[in-house]
Amino acid sequence: MTRATLQALLSHWWRNPLQLFTLLAGLALATALWSGVQAVNAEARASYRAAAATLGEGQYDRLGRRDGQPMDQATYITLRRAGWLVSPVVQGRLNGVRIVGIDPLTAPAGIGPVRLTQGADIADFLVGNGPLFANAATAGRLPDLQITITPDIAPGSAITDIGAAQRLLGKPGQIDSLIVAPVQPRERPDLADIAPQLVRQSAQGGSDIGRLTDSFHLNLTAFGLLSFAVGIFIVNGAIGLAFEQRRPVVRTLRALGLPLRRLIVLMAAELMFFALIAGGVGVMLGYVIAALLLPDVAATLRGLYGADVSGTLQLRPVWWLSGLAIALGGTAIAASGALWKMSRMPLLASAQPRALAMAAGQGAVMQGAAAALLLVIALILALTADGLIAGFALLGALLIGAALALPIILDRVLAATSARAKSITAQWFWADTRQQLPGLSLALMALLLAMAANVGVSTMVSSFRLTFTAFLDQRLASELYVSAQDATQAQAIIAYATPRVDAVLPIQSVETQIAGLQTEVFGARDHRTYRDNWTFLNAAPDLWDTTFAGQTILINEQLSRRANLRIGDTVPLQSQTLTIAGVYGDYGNPIGQALISEDLFAGLYPTVTPQRFGLRMDRSKVGDFVTRMAADIGIPASQTINQAGIKAFSLGVFDRTFTVTTALNVLTLAVAGFAILMSLLTLASMRVPQLAPAWAMGMTRAQLGRLELLRAVLLAMLTASLALPLGLGLAWALLAVVNVAAFGWQLPMYLFPADYARLGLFALIAAALAALWPAWRLARTPPADLLKVFSNER
Amino acid sequence: MLLTVQDIHKSYATADGPFAVLRGIDLTLGAGETLALTGESGSGKSTLLHLIGGLDTPDRGQIIINGSDIAALDDNGRAHLRRGTVGVVFQQFNLIPSLKVADNIAFQARLANQYDPAWTATLTDRMGLTSQLGKYPEQLSGGQQQRVAIARTLAPKPRLVLADEPTGNLDEGTAAIVMDLMLELVRETGAGLLMVTHSAALAARLGRRLHLRAGQVA
Repeated sequence: MTRATLQALLSHWWRNPLQLFTLLAGLALATALWSGVQAVNAEARASYRAAAATLGEGQYDRLGRRDGQPMDQATYITLRRAGWLVSPVVQGRLNGVRIVGIDPLTAPAGIGPVRLTQGADIADFLVGNGPLFANAATAGRLPDLQITITPDIAPGSAITDIGAAQRLLGKPGQIDSLIVAPVQPRERPDLADIAPQLVRQSAQGGSDIGRLTDSFHLNLTAFGLLSFAVGIFIVNGAIGLAFEQRRPVVRTLRALGLPLRRLIVLMAAELMFFALIAGGVGVMLGYVIAALLLPDVAATLRGLYGADVSGTLQLRPVWWLSGLAIALGGTAIAASGALWKMSRMPLLASAQPRALAMAAGQGAVMQGAAAALLLVIALILALTADGLIAGFALLGALLIGAALALPIILDRVLAATSARAKSITAQWFWADTRQQLPGLSLALMALLLAMAANVGVSTMVSSFRLTFTAFLDQRLASELYVSAQDATQAQAIIAYATPRVDAVLPIQSVETQIAGLQTEVFGARDHRTYRDNWTFLNAAPDLWDTTFAGQTILINEQLSRRANLRIGDTVPLQSQTLTIAGVYGDYGNPIGQALISEDLFAGLYPTVTPQRFGLRMDRSKVGDFVTRMAADIGIPASQTINQAGIKAFSLGVFDRTFTVTTALNVLTLAVAGFAILMSLLTLASMRVPQLAPAWAMGMTRAQLGRLELLRAVLLAMLTASLALPLGLGLAWALLAVVNVAAFGWQLPMYLFPADYARLGLFALIAAALAALWPAWRLARTPPADLLKVFSNER
Repeated sequence: MLLTVQDIHKSYATADGPFAVLRGIDLTLGAGETLALTGESGSGKSTLLHLIGGLDTPDRGQIIINGSDIAALDDNGRAHLRRGTVGVVFQQFNLIPSLKVADNIAFQARLANQYDPAWTATLTDRMGLTSQLGKYPEQLSGGQQQRVAIARTLAPKPRLVLADEPTGNLDEGTAAIVMDLMLELVRETGAGLLMVTHSAALAARLGRRLHLRAGQVA
C-alpha cells in the first residue's frame, strides 16, 4: 500500500517538474542564505572562543599597572611570595602576529595550547626553548621560527613560554599582566599594600571581543533570518499550490481505501525527503556563500573591532547539521498549514483546486484580522518595548503583520483603480490583475519582506556609517597621535612637540566604577579641539566651561542608559561629587566612559601620567614632523598614528562591510525575484482558461503577453511603495529598540532617498525579468491550446 | 446476503436547518445480483451509494456488508473496506492524472495487496486498453478513461461493485460499449453490482430496480 501510494504521490512531481524545482530551489536558497550567514558567524565565534580558551580572556581577573605600562619581574615575585596565586603574561606583535608568553606552571588550567597542557613538550617549554604554538595560517606568517601547528590556537596568535616571548619581543624581564587564579588563599595581604601601582581588572571587562562584535553578527543574523523567511514563503507557496492541485488525487486515494493518517504521514515523509535533498544542496551553497563572504567579514571584524577571525572556512558538523535541521523545520512550518487542512478535509469535499480563491471569503477575513492584530501589537510594542525580546517581538509582529496585510491592501487598491478605468481593456486588465492576486500574493509577500529588509538594513548600516564617520571626526580630531613607552619618553615628546605644534593634548585614562558600572575615566585638557568637535545627545548650558573648571563630568550614552543617569544627576568619583553636564554618543564601546578636566584628573589620580598624546598641527606638516621627531629624539614612526591614515583605514573597513551587506541585499532580492518567476510559471497553466475568452474576443496573444509583463511590474511597484515605509519602520525598530536593548546605545536614523529609489528600480527590474519568460511563453501559446478551453473536454 | 441496508437516515445542515436526504431506506443485494438505483436529481441516490461505499456515515440505521456493520467502523476500518471488499466507479472517472494507464489500472489492487498480474492483463485486454498502457489519462478519450476506471475497480476482485452513473459523461454509443464490458466482467467475478443511473434503458439491463423519491423507496 505504501509503495503504491508513494508512487502516486511522487508521480505528481514527476509530471510537474517546475513545481518540484520551485520547491527544492526555494528551500535550497533559503537554507543557503541562512546557513551561509551562520557559517560566517560560527567561524568568527569559534575564533573568539579559541582566543578566550587559549588566553583565558574574559575568564580570569587580571592585574596590570594603572598606567598601562609593563611591570617588572620583581613585582610578580613579591606577589607570589605574599601568597597571591598569579601567573605572568607578556604579549606583543611580531610580523603582525600576536605573540603571547605564558608560564605553564603557574597558569590556571585550560590556558595555553592543548598539547602543552597534556605535557608533551613541557620540558622544552620550561627552559624557554620551546616552540611557538600557532595554527597553520599564523605559522605561515612567522617563517623563521620553529612553530608547532596547533589548530585550537586563535587565528593571528602564537603562544610560547614567557622567556621565549620576552626574548622575541625584546621585553626582557617585563610582564604585561598577571592572571589571577579564581581561588586565592584567605590570608594574603591587600593588593594596595604590596603592589599599589597595580589595578585589578575583572573578567567581565572590555576584553571580551564577542560583545564588541555582537552588533555586527546580529545584523548578519537578522539578514539571514529574513532571507530564510523569504525562502520559506516560496516553499509555502509551492507546497500550498501542490496540495491544491493534488486535492482530486487525495480524494481519489482516500475513496480507493487509503487511510487518512497513512496519507498524511506519507505526504509529510515525501516533503521531508525533499527537504533533506534541498537542505543538503542549500548547505553546500551556503558554504560557497560563506567562503566568498568570509574574507570581507574577517577584514571588517579585524578593522572595526580588532578581532582576529580566520579567513578560511571550516566544515563544522554543528553548522551543517543545523543547516539541515532548519531546512526540515522550515519545510515543516511551510507544510503544516496544508497538512492540517488536509487532515480536516471531509472525504467528499469538493475536489476542485482552490488555489486562486485563497484570499477570498473567510480566508481573507481571517488574514485581515490577523494582520490588524499583529500591526496593533507592533504599534503597542513600538511605544513601550525596552528589552531585546520585546524588540524582536516588535520586528516579528511588524513584518508578519505587514506581509499578511499586503494582499488585502493590494486588492483594495486594485478595486479602486478598476472602478476608475475608462476603456474596456483597462477594466479587464485591472479585474484580471485582481483575480491573479491570490496566486501571486505569496511571491509579493516575499518581495515585500526582501525589500523591507533591504531598506531597513541598508538604512541602519548607512546611518551607522554616517554616525561613525562623524564620530571619528569628533574623536580623532588631532592630526597626529604619539605613544610613549615610558614616562621619560613622554616628557621628551612633550618637550619636543610643544614649541613645534599648535597644541599637545594628553590622553590619559583610568578604569574605575561609576554607579557600580565599570567605567573608563579620561582627563582632557581645555582646548578648542573638544569644544569645536564634540557633539552631545543631551547637553547642559556651558558644559565645557563647567567641566574644564572641574565642576561637572561628561558621560557616554552607555553609562547614562545602564545606570539611568541624566543631566543634572550627581556621581561620586573618588573624593569628589560631580554633576553630569552632558551625555555623548560612544559607538561600539561596550563599557561606560566619562570625561573630566585634566586638572581634576591629576588631583584624583596622581599616579597616572599620560603616555599618549594628540598633536594639533597643520595637516600638511605631519609627515615632516614624524620624520624629524624620529631623527631628533628617537621616537620611531611606529609609535605614531596619522589621523588621515586611521580615517582612510576606517572608511576602507566600512567599504568591506558594505560589500558584505550589498552581497546579502542582492541575494535576498534575487530570491524574491525567483519567487515571482516561479509563481508566474506555476500559474501560467491556469492562466490559459482565463485568457482564452479575451483572446477569442479579439486581443492578440502578443498583447496578452505584454499585459502579463506590465501586470508583474505594476504589482512590484505597488509592493515596493509599501515596502519603503515598512523598511523604514524596520530600521527604526533596529536602531531605536533592538540596538539600545542589545548594546546600550542608540544610533540616529538618516534617510537615503537615492538608495531607496535605486532599490525600487532593482525590484521593478527583478519583477520584469521574472515575468519576461512566462509572458513570452504566453504570447506563444498555440491557438489549439486556447481553443481547448472551449471544447467539451475541459 | 452480501449487502443489507436497514432504515438508513441521513441529513445535511443547510442555512434553513437540517435537510433530510435519506429517510429510512431498506434494501438487500446478494452476491452476483445487480440492482439499479434510480430517481430524480436530489432523491438521495448518490448519498446512499456513498454511505454504502463507506465514503460517508449515516445518521441512523445499519449497512451490513459481508456480515459487518460499516456504520460501526472507524475511518481506518472503512478505508480497509473500500480497498478490498467494495469497488466504486465514479461518474468523473477520478483517475490519478500523474500515473500512466497501466499504473492506474493496477493501483487499487496494489493498494489492497491483491494485485494479480494475470487478471489485470485480462482486464486490460478485455477493456481494449492494451495499446494505451503507456499513456497518461489526459491523453485518452472520456470512454477510454472510464474503461480504465472500471478496470481499476475490478482489478482487486471486489465482492461489491458500486457505480455512480458510470456512463453519465459518455455519449450513447460509448456508454453502451462500456456498460456491456462492465456487466460482463462483474458477472464473471460473481460480485454484486449496485448502480446509480438516470437512464431507464440502462436500469432495464440490471436484475432489479429500486426507485427513490425524496429520500424514500418509492
